[in-house]
Amino acid sequence: MSDPGIVVIGAGQAGGWAARTLRDEGFEGGIVVIGEEPYPPYERPPLSKEVLLGKEPAESSYLWPEGSFGDLGIELRTGVEATSIERAEKTVVLSDGGTIAYDKLLIATGGRVRRLPIQGETLEGVHYLRGIDDSAAIRADLGEGAKLVVIGGGWIGLEVAAAARMLGADVVVVEALEQLCGRALTPDLATYLLDVHRGRGVDVRLGTTVEALTGESRVSGARLSGGETVPATAAVIGIGIVPNVELAEAAGLEVQNGIVVDALCRTSDPDIFAAGDVTNHPNGLLGRNIRLESWENAQNQGIAAAKAMLGGETPYCEIPWFWSDQYDVNIQLVGLPADIEETVTRGNRADGSFVEFYMKDGKIDGAAAIDNPRDIRFAKRLMQAEKTVDPAALADPSVKLQTLLRG
Amino acid sequence: MSDIEFHAVAKTADLDDGEAIQVIVGKKEIAIYNLEGTYYATDDICTHAYASLADGYIEGDSIECPLHGGCFDIKTGKALTPPVTEDLKVYEIKIDGEDILVGVPG
Ligand SMILES: Cc1cc2nc3c(=O)[nH]c(=O)nc-3n(C[C@H](O)[C@H](O)[C@H](O)COP(=O)(O)OP(=O)(O)OC[C@H]3O[C@@H](n4cnc5c(N)ncnc54)[C@H](O)[C@@H]3O)c2cc1C
Ligand code: FES
Repeated sequence: MSDPGIVVIGAGQAGGWAARTLRDEGFEGGIVVIGEEPYPPYERPPLSKEVLLGKEPAESSYLWPEGSFGDLGIELRTGVEATSIERAEKTVVLSDGGTIAYDKLLIATGGRVRRLPIQGETLEGVHYLRGIDDSAAIRADLGEGAKLVVIGGGWIGLEVAAAARMLGADVVVVEALEQLCGRALTPDLATYLLDVHRGRGVDVRLGTTVEALTGESRVSGARLSGGETVPATAAVIGIGIVPNVELAEAAGLEVQNGIVVDALCRTSDPDIFAAGDVTNHPNGLLGRNIRLESWENAQNQGIAAAKAMLGGETPYCEIPWFWSDQYDVNIQLVGLPADIEETVTRGNRADGSFVEFYMKDGKIDGAAAIDNPRDIRFAKRLMQAEKTVDPAALADPSVKLQTLLRG
Repeated sequence: MSDIEFHAVAKTADLDDGEAIQVIVGKKEIAIYNLEGTYYATDDICTHAYASLADGYIEGDSIECPLHGGCFDIKTGKALTPPVTEDLKVYEIKIDGEDILVGVPG
């Protein structure tokens, strides 16, 4: 046996970027990446967008072409699950009976879909969406004459609804709360998004739940809380994810809504690090601990963890950023604004391109944009610089945001 | 190797310092940049997914993709920050009076 090197559990986006970064940073020891899925590391966002629409093949979501890890001397073991971490021996036990020793370990196990235990949940045609196979199965059910019921009006549900409409399906979205996307959007912006979907012919039911999915072997309808049953040829449940913390928990690491790590991605065991959707980490800019389910965090925390594993001392601390694509509408959010004192709108809602700045103590605490990615970049930089800005100037399209950044 | 052909694609007045525009040559989408009065050209479509870099954010010599924030060096096309790892092609620029010409393999 060779010297133990670095082992990564989870060949997702965070694990993939971590492994690659270890090599980019000059680490020459052994790297083994263990992934339960049969695919090389890939990005999930296209699975509810381009890939679901059939515009791009699933392989387009791979972080790097197949075989890239081999070329970098990284051993990628797919289709294998890590079943326990033996901290005393510093080994990881695998589902195929094997054991791998580690010098340092990264847990990047992400999350799994939260299940909705209602009657009919396991009928044929009822789907969840997390991986490549899920996306393909949903797409296969969106042929001619499809009637889709989407349970959950969050990001995933709305992206699936948009793709299904674009493919010609009838779509009903059922959301338990009185607004879409919960607390991620201000009520105003949630209403804007609601109008976007209704304008495209989606039947959105707010304040409604699905009590049961009906059908013999295959789903044929969804019974709503009001008593009505809407017909369905397929259903997609998108009600969030649960972080995969069990391995860490069983190993005695500190877990609380995710694996608890510090700003250097270290768990309560100095040789074990964690990154991605599975972590509960401090954010120095926000002054609180957060667990994110986002593409950017998976990538950048994965990179930060790799550097920290090699002795780097730069804390991981970024302003959270998130995007979603629905139809031809690009939505971008920056920051996690808590107590909004004032909302400043730049641009015109009626034009379909605008940005909202959320102000606190004279500074931008967050922003959200519809089809205006460039202003989001300015917002992020104004936030990073902690600039005090004049709301009137922000709202005035004749004032270039560049000048506010310089001023 | 085929020869480079120069095509007039824009006027110098079309873009201010620190701005970019998309032009189409044949079937190719190309981004033209003005960095302090000097013009540069790269492929316009990001090497990560489908986004027009001309809609991106210029800072110093780099262009940040509007979709997921990958950065490229405008002068060399080099991929600078994740998620981009594949470089952009760069094209030669000539200025003829008010015309910006971009050189593309014929
Ligand atoms: C359909 C969809 C669309 C999305 N769209 C967006 C978007 O538009 N914008 C955005 O910001 N974010 C989006 N996200 C979220 C983003 O994809 C996630 O935040 C990101 O994938 C998290 O990366 P990760 O590496 O932490 O976890 P994951 O990508 O979940 O990777 C974890 C991997 O670990 C494996 N694993 C788990 N346990 C074990 C084990 N014991 N042994 C071996 N392997 C294991 C899993 O199988 C998985 O492959 C989307 C997610 C989905 C599902
Ligand atoms: S498309 Fe440019 S960074 Fe993703």
